[in-house]
Amino acid sequence: MFKIITKRSLAANVNEYVIEAAAVAHNARPGQFIILRVDEDGERVPFTICDTNKIIGTVTILVQTLGATTEKLARLQAGDSIANFVGPLGNATDLEGYSNVLLIAGGIGSAVIFPQAKNLFGIGKPVDVILGARNKELVMYKREFMSYAKNLYVMTDDGSDGEKGFVTQKLKSLLEEGNKYDMVMAVGPLVMMRAVCAVTKEFGIPTTVSMNSIMVDGTGMCGGCRLTVGGETKYACVDGPEFDGHLVDFDEAISRSSFYKEKEQAHLCRLRGLEANK
Amino acid sequence: MTINKGPRIKTPEQNADARRHNFDEVNKGYTAQMAMEEAARCLHCKDAKCVKGCPVNVNIPDFIAEVAKGNFAEGAKIIKSTNNLPAICGRVCPQEEQCEKYCIRAKSGGPVAIGALERFCADYALQNGETQEAPKRSNGMRVAVVGSGPAGLTCAADCAKEGFEVTVFEAFHKAGGVLVYGIPEFRLPKSLVQAEIDKLKELGVKIIFDTVIGKTYSLEELCSEYNAVFLGTGAGLPMFLKMKGENLPGVYSANEYLTRINLMKAYQKDSDTPVITGERVVVIGGGNVAMDAARTALRMGAKEVTIVYRRSMNELPARKEEVQNAIEEGIQFLLLNNPIEILGEKKVEGIKLQKMVLGEPDERGRAIPMCVEGSEYEVKCDMVIVAIGTSPNPLLPKSTKNLKTTPKGTIVINEDGETSIEYVYAGGDAVMGAATVILAMGAGKKAAESICKKLLR
Ligand SMILES: Cc1cc2nc3c(=O)[nH]c(=O)nc-3n(C[C@H](O)[C@H](O)[C@H](O)COP(=O)(O)OP(=O)(O)OC[C@H]3O[C@@H](n4cnc5c(N)ncnc54)[C@H](O)[C@@H]3O)c2cc1C
Ligand SMILES: Cc1cc2nc3c(=O)[nH]c(=O)nc-3n(C[C@H](O)[C@H](O)[C@H](O)COP(=O)(O)OP(=O)(O)OC[C@H]3O[C@@H](n4cnc5c(N)ncnc54)[C@H](O)[C@@H]3O)c2cc1C
Ligand code: SF4
Ligand code: SF4
Ligand code: FES
Repeated sequence: MFKIITKRSLAANVNEYVIEAAAVAHNARPGQFIILRVDEDGERVPFTICDTNKIIGTVTILVQTLGATTEKLARLQAGDSIANFVGPLGNATDLEGYSNVLLIAGGIGSAVIFPQAKNLFGIGKPVDVILGARNKELVMYKREFMSYAKNLYVMTDDGSDGEKGFVTQKLKSLLEEGNKYDMVMAVGPLVMMRAVCAVTKEFGIPTTVSMNSIMVDGTGMCGGCRLTVGGETKYACVDGPEFDGHLVDFDEAISRSSFYKEKEQAHLCRLRGLEANK
Repeated sequence: MTINKGPRIKTPEQNADARRHNFDEVNKGYTAQMAMEEAARCLHCKDAKCVKGCPVNVNIPDFIAEVAKGNFAEGAKIIKSTNNLPAICGRVCPQEEQCEKYCIRAKSGGPVAIGALERFCADYALQNGETQEAPKRSNGMRVAVVGSGPAGLTCAADCAKEGFEVTVFEAFHKAGGVLVYGIPEFRLPKSLVQAEIDKLKELGVKIIFDTVIGKTYSLEELCSEYNAVFLGTGAGLPMFLKMKGENLPGVYSANEYLTRINLMKAYQKDSDTPVITGERVVVIGGGNVAMDAARTALRMGAKEVTIVYRRSMNELPARKEEVQNAIEEGIQFLLLNNPIEILGEKKVEGIKLQKMVLGEPDERGRAIPMCVEGSEYEVKCDMVIVAIGTSPNPLLPKSTKNLKTTPKGTIVINEDGETSIEYVYAGGDAVMGAATVILAMGAGKKAAESICKKLLR
């Protein structure tokens, strides 16, 4: 069992959990992820390692409540335990060789770019960050990013925080103003990553995206997380999760990720219905 | 003792119409009476050929002699002296290719049902509470076992009996490897696998789950903490055909499909793990894995399940019993057919097949299938399961310097089972490529012997 040390609400439906998992923390590097099961009957679901404390042996994850598993997790409190927590999985992302990086996050994507921002700050290469969200309540880790980013731009759909508009609008204007980046890393919903890649391609800037494919084992054993990159089949769990965004077949990824939507929704309704009947 | 001259006694099975809707075990096994009668068919040959067909040399004539006398516990003990997991082997060994293939009674009523008798003894012992020998006094040395499939479990048990302190590291949240995530409940009840694992714990073996060696800890880290390491990581990487449409939603590898259903319990109605239920399912491949996937799809509620295989019935690599069972349950076979494309816009809608004919035999003596030009046609389906084989997972070798592998990705070992790194042993599917449970166990046993020889000299 893996104990939840602290739980903190970051935004509507987003929680940060600090979990006691010394073995995972021990070799974890930015860009890697874990797979957890909430209880003995739970589904295996992946989350990015947002931060670690190797001395006390904890791993921090940011989780958006979406369906049955994340709902079950959200019902737990500090002091409770979850059944399984395996990692670090996937490859670490190495942005250290670039001198001027722009990180873009949509929604929960903050979880993925935060360790990158922190790491690059640590080696004296602070980054620019664009955070996108539907509204003010959904902007995550703003304060944390402020202490690590060179410039932080917030974009909301309704203008309730930062500027009104999409992250791609900010990206475009930054590039048009003559800002030079030698690498863009974009993490968020598939459609957002696809839109970012379309812009950076036009400007000829290499772009890394993090693919949140549907996973089971996370070790290359099921092939469920496969996607097409540059015409080749790749496994997000062992070949990724990060890929060259200009080579990813986003349309295929979008249809694969929505595959279980109906089943998941029905399950969530049952879960909520069961509670309501109690 | 009088010899039973009659034909082989069939094991009772769940009726095909009933079983295609449930996950209960198909083969119900002998009753005590039946077991004794079948055992009486054995001639107790002096130079028993059957034993040579068994990869772990179970003393077949002696154990069967005890069964014939009704001494089932004694029979189990004899089997156990060379086979740690008889309840499992009795069920899943390809006996017709191994022990039973060489039985002298093959021509007079059929070979003695060695597998069924082995299963009977093992089940009897499990139900009647057997005692296992206490391990030898601790020798103060530690062995790490990576992977908890049959290879790892056997190596762990044998090392623990010799007084080593053994820790098994498993990537999944459950022990058993393919026995729990691959082979379905209706062929191998998971409670049996759990019973074997509980016995391992009695021997003092520690199992640490959720640990991927090569990620959570490196092999180098294990080597610095343990006197010897055994790699039983299996051959879990699914192969695909690299054809158009293979990444469409609705195409599963057999591994993913079976894992979702077996390990992640998607066969239970309210499971957290989703899996789609195809109405018309096509399974590509002809081995045990294809049969298991097809029979599972049927039990999940498919209306029609078709196996597509590019050779003919004679070349089907699956066990005869499984093929027979599949046919009885109503699985269709499209033989001499090869898939060339999976069709569909947003999800699977059909599959394009091509007719094949058999040509000259290849170096293994199997006829090479050749495609018939212009014979393409389309079949409607809403789910495709690809079961054309697996290869070893490169995760551990890739993250380990100096661990030699072949171009096929299998780990290289010497005659002692030792890899290119001293004190690191390997065996099972990780070394042989996808093989069998009993061969994996044999390899685990062999490595345990080598570890003892090297460390306890
Ligand atoms: C490498 C990786 C890193 C991720 N990091 C984070 C993170 O840091 N924070 C976060 O909130 N989310 C992250 N996700 C997404 C997260 O795994 C899903 O939101 C979660 O599985 C939803 O589960 P659910 O049962 O609550 O919702 P469901 O109702 O099951 O599903 C909602 C949606 O989540 C996706 N999903 C469902 N099951 C899986 C699965 N087994 N694997 C992957 N996606 C699935 C599907 O697109 C689905 O439509 C990551 C995914 C991957 C692959
Ligand atoms: C569907 C199916 C049906 C089959 N039917 C039969 C049959 O009827 N008869 C028969 O004899 N054989 C059958 N087989 C084959 C048989 O199951 C295998 O040959 C056998 O299980 C191999 O054993 P193993 O111990 O080498 O590996 P596995 O059983 O594959 O176990 C390997 C274990 O190692 C773990 N692992 C892998 N990498 C790591 C890592 N880096 N760190 C930690 N843990 C790791 C895996 O999670 C797994 O639990 C079947 C196989 C399948 C898939
Ligand atoms: S272990 Fe397998 S091959 Fe050996 S005797 Fe038993 S069933 Fe036959
Ligand atoms: S070959 Fe057949 S008859 Fe002879 S000992 Fe073996 S099982 Fe018995
Ligand atoms: S999650 Fe199974 S292969 Fe990637």
